[in-house]
Amino acid sequence: MSNILKKAAVVSIPTVRQALLRSNPLLANALLAKRSYNSKNGVEMTVREALNSALEEEMRADDKVYLMGEEVGLYNGAYKVSKGLLDKFGPSRVIDTPITESGFTGLAVGSAFAGLKPVCEFMTWNFAMQAIDQIVNSAAKTHYMSGGNVNCPITFRGPNGAAAGVGAQHSQCFAAWYGSVPGLKVVSPWNSEDAKGLLKAAIRDPNPVVVLENELMYGVSFPMSEAALSNDFVIEIGKAKVEREGTDITIVSHSRAVGFAMAAAELLEKEGVAKVEVINLRSIRPLDIDTIIKSVKKTNRLITVEGGWPQHGVGSEICAQIMESEAFDYLDAPVVRVTGADVPTPYAQNLETLAFPDTEVIARVIKRTLAKKIGA
Amino acid sequence: MTMLRSPMLAASRLTLARTAPVTTRPMAFLTARAFSSSAAAARDTVLRLPSNSFESYNCDPPSLDVNLSKDALLNMYRQMAIIRRMEITADGLYKAMLIRGFCHLSTGQEAVSVGMESALTDEDKVITAYRSHGFTYMRGGSIHSILAELLGRKTGISKGKGGSMHMFTPDFFGGNGIVGAQVPLGAGIAFAQKYLHPNAATFTFYGDGAANQGQVFEAFNMAKLWDLPCVFVCENNQYGMGTPADRSSANTDYFKHGDYIPGLKVDGMDVVAVYQAVAWAREWALTSGKGPLVLEMQTYRYAGHSMSDPGTSYRSREEIKKVRSNNDPITRLKEQLIELQLASEEDIKAMDKAARAEVDKAVELAKKDPEPNVDSLWEHVNVKGTEAPFLRGREPSERHHYNR
Repeated sequence: MSNILKKAAVVSIPTVRQALLRSNPLLANALLAKRSYNSKNGVEMTVREALNSALEEEMRADDKVYLMGEEVGLYNGAYKVSKGLLDKFGPSRVIDTPITESGFTGLAVGSAFAGLKPVCEFMTWNFAMQAIDQIVNSAAKTHYMSGGNVNCPITFRGPNGAAAGVGAQHSQCFAAWYGSVPGLKVVSPWNSEDAKGLLKAAIRDPNPVVVLENELMYGVSFPMSEAALSNDFVIEIGKAKVEREGTDITIVSHSRAVGFAMAAAELLEKEGVAKVEVINLRSIRPLDIDTIIKSVKKTNRLITVEGGWPQHGVGSEICAQIMESEAFDYLDAPVVRVTGADVPTPYAQNLETLAFPDTEVIARVIKRTLAKKIGA
Repeated sequence: MTMLRSPMLAASRLTLARTAPVTTRPMAFLTARAFSSSAAAARDTVLRLPSNSFESYNCDPPSLDVNLSKDALLNMYRQMAIIRRMEITADGLYKAMLIRGFCHLSTGQEAVSVGMESALTDEDKVITAYRSHGFTYMRGGSIHSILAELLGRKTGISKGKGGSMHMFTPDFFGGNGIVGAQVPLGAGIAFAQKYLHPNAATFTFYGDGAANQGQVFEAFNMAKLWDLPCVFVCENNQYGMGTPADRSSANTDYFKHGDYIPGLKVDGMDVVAVYQAVAWAREWALTSGKGPLVLEMQTYRYAGHSMSDPGTSYRSREEIKKVRSNNDPITRLKEQLIELQLASEEDIKAMDKAARAEVDKAVELAKKDPEPNVDSLWEHVNVKGTEAPFLRGREPSERHHYNR
């Protein structure tokens, strides 16, 4: 049955973008805005292509790297991220698994203990719940428990966060879950450069790394710099990127929500309301709190934006860390979290729209936060 | 290889040196004879296992004739004696409140780890669950490093950070605390062997209590599908914690649980039978196309499940006593050695005494060892040199910065 559900989710992808464009003009604008970026060298790549090239380059560079997961080979990937890799590397390195997440995740972790560098794909991170014990108890902790005797150089990857119209069990963000676990590194790319650089860094990292991709971003094109096209391009895990400089307020975000934050920043600048600084976290763990602190000291205001649930979320952690840091004294207004609503994801489109942050909500919260002053 | 050779690994590995000249005589209930054809073979003892040593499922069982040198058999005895002594010592240390938390003893089950190791090479890999002290010793961990780990010392095999359930050596992957989770890990180690070194196998141990976990069957499926050199070994000590096998398993023939994977039930109280089964299984796993196997070692745990379990609420004292007096793996080998005239009563006593002395010496050393450096709290969260810039302690001012 779960196979049918998974396939159903896959079938929906090509229609997602059109559906959104048709029915959600704000979201459509955000996506189109991204599409309108021009790179100097004119090379654009979808997030899907960027991930695919990262996998191919790392598999060419190191024959201990292999890809394992459901439908990664013959089917060319449920979301076509692994397209062509079976033909290029053969069935000993691109391995289709049965639908047994707990088993194949454990198997991939065991192979990492014994010297391989697996890339373990989850068709979506929702299904990794079946295997979370292997990720947390086996992969993340064994290096520590063994006093450094056993390494676990594994990459877990797949689409995370809300998709479109797939209901509660297939739409949630696991950034806070995995971000809380010592021993793991967790990255959450937004655009194509992030996707390529972070996935390559994850594969090269000698620790277990969780790569949280986003289904709705796979088909979106972004410019690729000359550097990002190189085989040697990696993005350091644990470093955030200031995507847009500003002076009046800081928005910290990750994954797809970065696009909404960028669109809101552009909107408010055009309206002459504020110059908004946008930080793309890129890494959830280690969390680059220093970049956030530096920005808050400059702008004196902070909003966090994520697709995950509010309670114990990434934004909650950032709020707590800012409270505990010297940046607290620089705040002119309370920090605000913009998050997914505290409900399981509903199916109906009008309800689903209300469950996740978008450009409009972010713009609204920015204006409200700018109007506030602590003690005023 | 992702692990480092450690000085804590002592040279405890059994070598099957077939060098000692042995003269053997036919016995009343043990058939033993000396080869006369070649000088080398003449050094081997051929033991005839009892006919009920094996029961097979979809395969031909191994031969009941076992070739082993006198040295190998004496080594098996020494090793079982050491593990028994080490476990009894751990029991005492726990009751003296020097060992914390969980501690699972393998008294009664010594033939399994010792018989297994006698048939393996360093290239072969082993993984098991939390009842791991004997396996750690057999896979190269020194007595001192194991006891020091139990005592939470810096010199412990996991630097005092793993404890009873988490001990590792370069060819032993623990020591895992989540029931059944080590089974797919073992299949993955076999996957890596197939990928890197086609001439070695992985022995993946689990208890009868773990045998019904879903991921055990998931691992069976992939191991068969991909022809992995993996031998799944169900160490059936009759009780999953306090639940007898027949109260937890619809099918208590664990060697048949693999369905499409052939299986073998083994008298796990006979170290020679275990040796023969493991040697046979290793050959099987390394023969391309045959795929994995499921072994069931019929054994018995004398102690409770863990230290908090007296082990008497779900079974009778008489039952334990009966196994101890009729089927103890150490006593059984002792009787064989004496019957075969490979050792005298005095030799056995000397080996027992030596085992006791070796363990006693190790425990005295371990007790004097220091606790881990407090800075080691922060070590090995990530691989050295790839850590986060800092990690937080209990409050914001307790912050550990890594030098990178």
